[in-house]
Amino acid sequence: MKMRWLWMVCVLALVLAGCGPKATAQPVELRVMTHDSFAMSEELVAQFERENNVHLVFIQSGDAGSMLNQAILTREAPQADVLYGVDNTFLARALEADLFETYRSPLLSDVPQEYQLDAQLRALPVDYGDVCINYDVRYFAEKGLALPQRLADLAKPEYRGLLVVENPATSSPGLAFLALTVANFSDERYLDFWQDLVENDVLVANDWETAYYTHFSGSSGKGPRPMVVSYASSPAAEVMFASEPLTEAPTASLVGPKMCFRQVEFVGILKGTSQRALAEKFVDFMLGPKFQADVAGQMFVYPVRMMTGLPDAFVRYAQVPEHPVIADANWLAQNRERWIDEWTRTVLR
Amino acid sequence: MNRAVEWLKKNFAWVLPALLWAAPLLFLGVFFFWPLAKIFGAAVAWLQGAGLQISREAVLRPLGFTVWQAALSTLLTMALGLPGAFVLGRYTFRGKKLLTVLTTIPFILPTVVAAAGFNALLGPRGWVNVILMQVLGLEQPPIAFLNTIAAIVLAHVFYNTTVVLQLVGNAWAQLDPRLEQAARCLGASPRRVLFEVTLPLLRPAILAAGLLVFLFDFTSFGVVLLLGGPKFATLEVEIYIQALHRLNLPLAGVLSAIQLACTLLLTGLYGVLSRGRVTPLMPRLKGEGLRQARRGWERVWVTGMVTLLMLLLLSPLAALVARSITRLDADRGERGAIQAGVTLAYYRELFVNRRQSFFYVSPAKAALNSLEYGLETVGIALGLGFLAVYAQGSGGRLSRVLDGVLMLPLGASAVTLGLGYVMVFNRPPLEVRTFPLLIPIAHSLVALPFVVRTLRPALAAIPLSLKQAAAVLGATPWRVWWEVELPILARAVTSSAVFAFTISLGEFGATAFLARPEKPTLPVAIFRFLSQPGALNYGQALAMATLLMGVCALSVALMQALERK
Repeated sequence: MKMRWLWMVCVLALVLAGCGPKATAQPVELRVMTHDSFAMSEELVAQFERENNVHLVFIQSGDAGSMLNQAILTREAPQADVLYGVDNTFLARALEADLFETYRSPLLSDVPQEYQLDAQLRALPVDYGDVCINYDVRYFAEKGLALPQRLADLAKPEYRGLLVVENPATSSPGLAFLALTVANFSDERYLDFWQDLVENDVLVANDWETAYYTHFSGSSGKGPRPMVVSYASSPAAEVMFASEPLTEAPTASLVGPKMCFRQVEFVGILKGTSQRALAEKFVDFMLGPKFQADVAGQMFVYPVRMMTGLPDAFVRYAQVPEHPVIADANWLAQNRERWIDEWTRTVLR
Repeated sequence: MNRAVEWLKKNFAWVLPALLWAAPLLFLGVFFFWPLAKIFGAAVAWLQGAGLQISREAVLRPLGFTVWQAALSTLLTMALGLPGAFVLGRYTFRGKKLLTVLTTIPFILPTVVAAAGFNALLGPRGWVNVILMQVLGLEQPPIAFLNTIAAIVLAHVFYNTTVVLQLVGNAWAQLDPRLEQAARCLGASPRRVLFEVTLPLLRPAILAAGLLVFLFDFTSFGVVLLLGGPKFATLEVEIYIQALHRLNLPLAGVLSAIQLACTLLLTGLYGVLSRGRVTPLMPRLKGEGLRQARRGWERVWVTGMVTLLMLLLLSPLAALVARSITRLDADRGERGAIQAGVTLAYYRELFVNRRQSFFYVSPAKAALNSLEYGLETVGIALGLGFLAVYAQGSGGRLSRVLDGVLMLPLGASAVTLGLGYVMVFNRPPLEVRTFPLLIPIAHSLVALPFVVRTLRPALAAIPLSLKQAAAVLGATPWRVWWEVELPILARAVTSSAVFAFTISLGEFGATAFLARPEKPTLPVAIFRFLSQPGALNYGQALAMATLLMGVCALSVALMQALERK
């Protein structure tokens, strides 16, 4: 008896193995490579597909860094027609690898010049966000502790053991924060600051998720540390995704001058695409009013298009830093690997 | 006529094994060596192009740490697993069925989930710390567990004790008790019986278990990354960081090669150690060697061991389940330490596409995807596994070498393999995005060594006389296989099917590369929920992890029920 069962399982397995989804003959398919945090509304996807008689396929390939690296490794036989999600910390690597074709989108006229970091228009800006330190509002209120006013304050004894940061080798906000410290303290002295932070018991996590949910006290994980390197829009997300409705954000961001690093995300048409016309349409779509109005609620970033409306929770709880650091892509590209190596030796060893 | 047959046998004896080997080797060649070669090739090309230097420290540091933590973890795992296997293989006790089901769960639990479980138990806001803080009136959590070597080792023990329990426990249960009884009759002390009869008989199983555990610890990825924090990097973690985050292919390539070489070395060592005859161990009756603990000390020891195992296996899982239905989050305006409350909100929310996001895939669908991939993996791995085992059985010096080759996928980094797939399989029909079998194929690569390792000892233990007797009585070879060998192998076949299925359910490293967004597996879906901010998403991830655990437990229980029929 049992043998028959076993055989049925095996046969079933083989049958299943044989009849996976067949590749149906789609008239046109447009492939978009993105990072895992990419999200957009179903109806927008449907709308674009309907209007252009196209089937959109999204290829999510890890975080921003690993997505780009996969695109570079597969550039001889590109997996997609469009790539979205390279940020300015990685932009130079993408341009150096010659991934993109130039496209002068007419919609760029509605995008402020400060975000158009690639003069040759191979990578076009879509959205931006600020990497800042989030803090647990209640902790600081209860302890009567003053908020740090500058990055240098973080090395002061009253903030000992309060901060958690991400490893810049594995995390894009971590890398942004490292660049922020270099911008604040100069290339000669930033390691001294990190040495001070180590002596002040800074905690390093590998990724944003661990830092935020396990170690940060303001999140649902309720960890022990009241300060974390995160995004200026995270407090809004805490409100929108609270398990019970909230009227006040439990966290806030330190948005003083030079305390935030602006990340701009780009889209580009991949070299070797056979769908150039459709790819252009999709890029225009991403820069257009509907998609731009969608990004804040879906990905917790700000649209680059001027005069785009934002969700209520965003307006109320996400703070906008006054003078964020907007770094030069070439400066980042030339120094990034050295900074990470030096940082690893100073902080982790 | 006879002469012709003999001549054929003499000169073309290699044909049959060659045919048997062809399928598994072709499979490995296309789906393992080709992608790896592509990666190594890219690494070399890069090296020549950029002229990068690889420092000795960049290689030796992760290698040293990997060996050290693997050795420590394996020792502790064996120290707990062997007595556990003895209890499982020789005693009946209340709750044994439950324990057997439980032992299969950690093994298949995705590392993301296990890490969340340990976090919910021992993390800064885990149950233990919360309770201690309440009881002792502390402000800070007293136990610092995350980012320590203890966390890594404990998680490894949690994961791999089940391997020892399964492999050694099964072998122990199948040991013919008459051998031990004979030794006792001849005046040997129980201690002497253990060391001179039982343990030598179990040596292949113990070595196999030890080797597997060491390999698992050696190639550990998720546990080290998630629980060990940034200060600890095994080879696999370093490969992942260097390849994916730093685009430092030369270093990643060198580290991959070292990891592969170590695997080869370990399997070679295993081959040397386990050479020698396998004693035929035919149990007369199922459960013949099992007994109840009777005397006082025996009871204490069995109960103690079972309790310890249950505690180790259950507590992180229980902590996870409890956390998935508990709201530690707050009504933030209010004061007070923890606003705890029981809630099913996280489960309800699983089926709501709150943001109308395009990438929303219902958990039920993700579960079905996982199930489909799992069954396909069972089919592929068992089919190829049988071929490989019979190929080895047909002898030849080549077999020993090829055996090592079969083990290689265990030591290859899933990250490297996934990357290789993406680079190699980019044209129809073998294309990552459209060919539906690549995920189960990648899973089968990992499962195949287990299948072979489980089937082979069982096959070798079938006395030749049985088959000969059947043949003499007029059974065709096919019938001998169907009615004699296969029924005897049923247990081994079932447990390798369970292994293959569960490996597929839990695999994350390679799947993360290969899964299409519209068709995620459960671990990929969990990871997606985990990487979005907000209490609700975190709770949903844990709720889904709990569901995945349930699916695993259910399928394992089902397989075991089939086996008992």
